Amino acid sequence: MINFQYARATDIADAVRQIAGEPTAKFIAGGTNLIDLMKENIERPSRLIDISRLPLKQIEETGDGGLRIGALVPNSDLAYHALIERRYPLLASAILAGASAQLRNMASTGGNLLQRTRCYYFYDTATPCNKRAPGSGCAARYGLNRMHAILGSSEACIATHPSDMCVALAALEANVHVAGPGGERVIAFADFHRLPGDTPERDTTLRADEIIIAVELPARGFATHYSYLKIRDRLSYAFALVAVAAALELERDTIKEARLALGGVAHKPWRDVAVEKAMRGEPANRASFARAADAILRDARGFEHNAFKIELARRAIVRALTQAAAGTPQSQSVKKIR
Amino acid sequence: MAPTIRKRPNGQTIPAPAKIPVSLTVNGVPREIVVAPWVTLLDALRERLGLTGTKKGCDHGQCGACTVLLDGRRINSCMTFAVMQDGAKVTTVEGLARDGALHPVQQAFIDHDAFQCGACTPGQICSAVGLIAEGRANSVEEIRELMSGNICRCGAYPNIVAAIRQAMERERP
Repeated sequence: MINFQYARATDIADAVRQIAGEPTAKFIAGGTNLIDLMKENIERPSRLIDISRLPLKQIEETGDGGLRIGALVPNSDLAYHALIERRYPLLASAILAGASAQLRNMASTGGNLLQRTRCYYFYDTATPCNKRAPGSGCAARYGLNRMHAILGSSEACIATHPSDMCVALAALEANVHVAGPGGERVIAFADFHRLPGDTPERDTTLRADEIIIAVELPARGFATHYSYLKIRDRLSYAFALVAVAAALELERDTIKEARLALGGVAHKPWRDVAVEKAMRGEPANRASFARAADAILRDARGFEHNAFKIELARRAIVRALTQAAAGTPQSQSVKKIR
Repeated sequence: MAPTIRKRPNGQTIPAPAKIPVSLTVNGVPREIVVAPWVTLLDALRERLGLTGTKKGCDHGQCGACTVLLDGRRINSCMTFAVMQDGAKVTTVEGLARDGALHPVQQAFIDHDAFQCGACTPGQICSAVGLIAEGRANSVEEIRELMSGNICRCGAYPNIVAAIRQAMERERP
């Protein structure tokens, strides 16, 4: 393990002050991704600023019918919270589809948003990687790219964002509350993660001197018609090849509102608002769902080992929307896909 | 004495960190240690406190062999630093038996022959104790899913699930 200093933040202002004073420092909360990256010599912070004791562990109802989730709420507490289970079951389901019980007990809400790709080459310091070492090249492009992006990739990077929770947060149009030296601001979830372009070393639009303090859910939770369908190489405790967060509001058999977000296919949770808009007013049937799948995947492009993910995504989208429409969401323990 | 300056691979120099005192209650016993910031809870338990029941498998949070209970919740002890857990209560496999009697989960693992080589077993048992306390597993499928963070390369899974079911049923009123 590398040599680093350790300090605790006493409050949010102190955390922001400490990180501004030492740009090579990093915040640590759950640590479940950062410590791993430090062991692999990918992340080499000069100092860890421990924010895990800050009072950001509440889940509170907001005035407009939504929920405000403190950045330090552990993933397991969030997934099993009564209000999340009842009003945002899509989010609960997505969280339980990710990681293991032990990791969910430690991993924080804010940290989940900031976890880094599990691209093999990002993790292997012996290979080029533009995300880890800007300008060194992308070994994944012509390497083993089974897990990699089919949408929104660039010449520089074909990595995917690994989170399940974030796919649901994207579908639910969450807002990310952050604090920095200039005060607080709110980042819409769609703007929080970014596409790689020619700066894949930047995963998000969070500035180096900012800290996530909360994630806010709007009132609309799609609790009746939703499904989180995750397809992976083993039944549990594996990252997604393709994941689909599907949410519908129906009026009899007509789609009133649709949300569709994909995980495991891009550098960020993938949504296409125009596709969702086009679904409104359509009948909630297989033909409509297939049209939506074709539309959201219209620019999909595979590489040597992951072209199968395009057809896999198409089928997973149709299946997840069908499950959502029927009110029979995918179980995260009984793995049979119906 | 001025702190030592250590050079890092990128040429940056930072002072050697002071070792930090940490208080833990481990298996009910208060323990004081002084550790560098990079010492994981796992290494603190094994190397500093001599509690080698908790195993280091992958050291990357992928296998679950290092599972302990931290303030009653199961976690991977390889994925947290000891300095972050100052003041915490830790239960390892050594702390589960009561008055010379095995914990019901330990006894169930023996009854069901739920291990071969035993390397994953302390982590499996601590994880199962955490699982039962969570109260979220009510079927074989749920036990399997919620134990998926514990890998057994001997493949004793069917017997592990049977052992957990037994322990779970005995704990129910």
